[in-house]
Amino acid sequence: MRTQVKRKKGFAPYLVLGSLITMALVWLFPMFIAFINAFKTPQEFVQNGVLAIPNEWDFSKFGKFWSEVDFTKKLMNSVQVSLLVALIAVFLSFLTAYAIGIGRVKGRTWILGFFMVAFTIPQEALIYPLYSISKTLSLYDNIWSIIIIFGVLSTGFGTYLLSSVMSTFPDELLEAARIDGASPWRILRSIVLPLLRPTLFVLATMFFIFTWNEFLIPLVMLPSNDNQTVTLAMAVTTGQFTSDSTARAAAALIGFMPSVIFFLIFQRTLMRGITMGAVK
Amino acid sequence: MTTKVQQTKQYYWYAVPGVVSFAALVGGAFLYNVYLSFNSWQGIGTPEWVGLENYQNLIQDRVFWVSFLHAFQFIFAMSIAPTAIGILIAALIYDFIARYFGNAISTFLRISLYVPQIIALPIVGMLWAWMLSPNIGVVNTILREIGLGSLALNWLGEAGTAMFALSIMMIWIQVGYTIVIFVSGMSRLDPYLDEAAQLDGATWFQRFRIVTIPQLYPEIAVVLLTTTVAALKVFGPVYVMTNGGPGDATQVPAYFSYFHFFSTTRVGYGAAIATVLALLLTALAIGLLRLQRKMGLMR
Repeated sequence: MRTQVKRKKGFAPYLVLGSLITMALVWLFPMFIAFINAFKTPQEFVQNGVLAIPNEWDFSKFGKFWSEVDFTKKLMNSVQVSLLVALIAVFLSFLTAYAIGIGRVKGRTWILGFFMVAFTIPQEALIYPLYSISKTLSLYDNIWSIIIIFGVLSTGFGTYLLSSVMSTFPDELLEAARIDGASPWRILRSIVLPLLRPTLFVLATMFFIFTWNEFLIPLVMLPSNDNQTVTLAMAVTTGQFTSDSTARAAAALIGFMPSVIFFLIFQRTLMRGITMGAVK
Repeated sequence: MTTKVQQTKQYYWYAVPGVVSFAALVGGAFLYNVYLSFNSWQGIGTPEWVGLENYQNLIQDRVFWVSFLHAFQFIFAMSIAPTAIGILIAALIYDFIARYFGNAISTFLRISLYVPQIIALPIVGMLWAWMLSPNIGVVNTILREIGLGSLALNWLGEAGTAMFALSIMMIWIQVGYTIVIFVSGMSRLDPYLDEAAQLDGATWFQRFRIVTIPQLYPEIAVVLLTTTVAALKVFGPVYVMTNGGPGDATQVPAYFSYFHFFSTTRVGYGAAIATVLALLLTALAIGLLRLQRKMGLMR
């Protein structure tokens, strides 16, 4: 006879706990190893190797690396690009999704299908045309080129996500407003926008981090040092300044810290967005 | 007074900015790319129309086929393996950790496993290239410490191991995503099914296989779709870590087209590769969406 009570732990849960914590530590290990080596002096690295915890914490590499790659400039570029992209993309996606999800315009499935293309078409199939057009428009090597491109490209995902959220909007509320003679603009401003504000914030957070991490298009569009984003600068210019192993660890650490800090702050918001995007 | 039909028409205006800018930028650029794929062009001067020549050359280009073969290998490392691992870990987190040890530990686990997802791929690539460096890298150091010095290979420098090393990294990157999706999927499952199976004496693993997995089909479909598309698009890590090498051991379509655009400046050829990739991805996405609908009906 089975007398297993749910609350009785037994041995299995501890085994699971132990294995999963081990797994989590293995997963965090690359960040940890970059961290301890970033603060190690090169001499100590040669003496004690990559696994040793530093005896003497050396902060000098950061200042050096920071000024050599002009990291402040890169941070400002990334923040500017990601912030503006988030704003543009949320604005455009919201309006389009409003027509699809609330307005239920005819042909909305086709419009959505059209935006889904953004998801399947690789950036490589757009990059050369964008590159040559931006040259003709004198937007080449100008961060506005990637602000415009990502602002528009991101509306694919944004429209998809917001229309599925808006299509679950309570019908009675909209009907009541329409019977009272509220115009679409009025409904947008007084009903839909206030209720959707949290979702728009989730979406903006996602756009921000996605844009921050973009690589191919900035790589092609922004050749000069002054215009580069953090991700791009880390990937293409670090080689010049990272002759020894500890400097490479420091470069990696500086490169991923902004994303990790952003993630830890907005962890809940981002997780909501990721799961919201997957299954409506 | 406006009727309902008139009102519906008014809504079209809201779609105009989004649709027009998207059509101009994405649609325009893609059509231009397709046009370029029928041309021979060095990037300067006037493109010369050559019809299907680029595509004919592609079919005979061994590297083209190799690059697609690698892209499909990445489907295993970025899609299939992380989905399998993710669903198991998610079930363990949901059934054991959250139940017996509380939300704090389960959140800690999810965050730790998700961190690789949040870092830009080129930076992840840089970090791993450093960890994998043959002499001073941490991977080989550990292998030597534990007496497996014979396995301390030049991971990225040898054609035989480069794909394997990239694949391990991809699994490390991807499981966080699948776990987060599956854990959230599990919270919508019907607990009575699980309890009924438990009363019938089913073991945890039997319940996982027969009760949990089938209920998660919608999530599995979404995860397989998004990660497969991502696998075929891989560019950043290859650019930073191997440049497609050694030889063409890690060549992928995205890097291969970039290489022809900007290194050999055979723009038409690069455009043809990118076009093939785009069509393949679209066909694959449509196929997987159909499959998803079918699986949805089967439930």
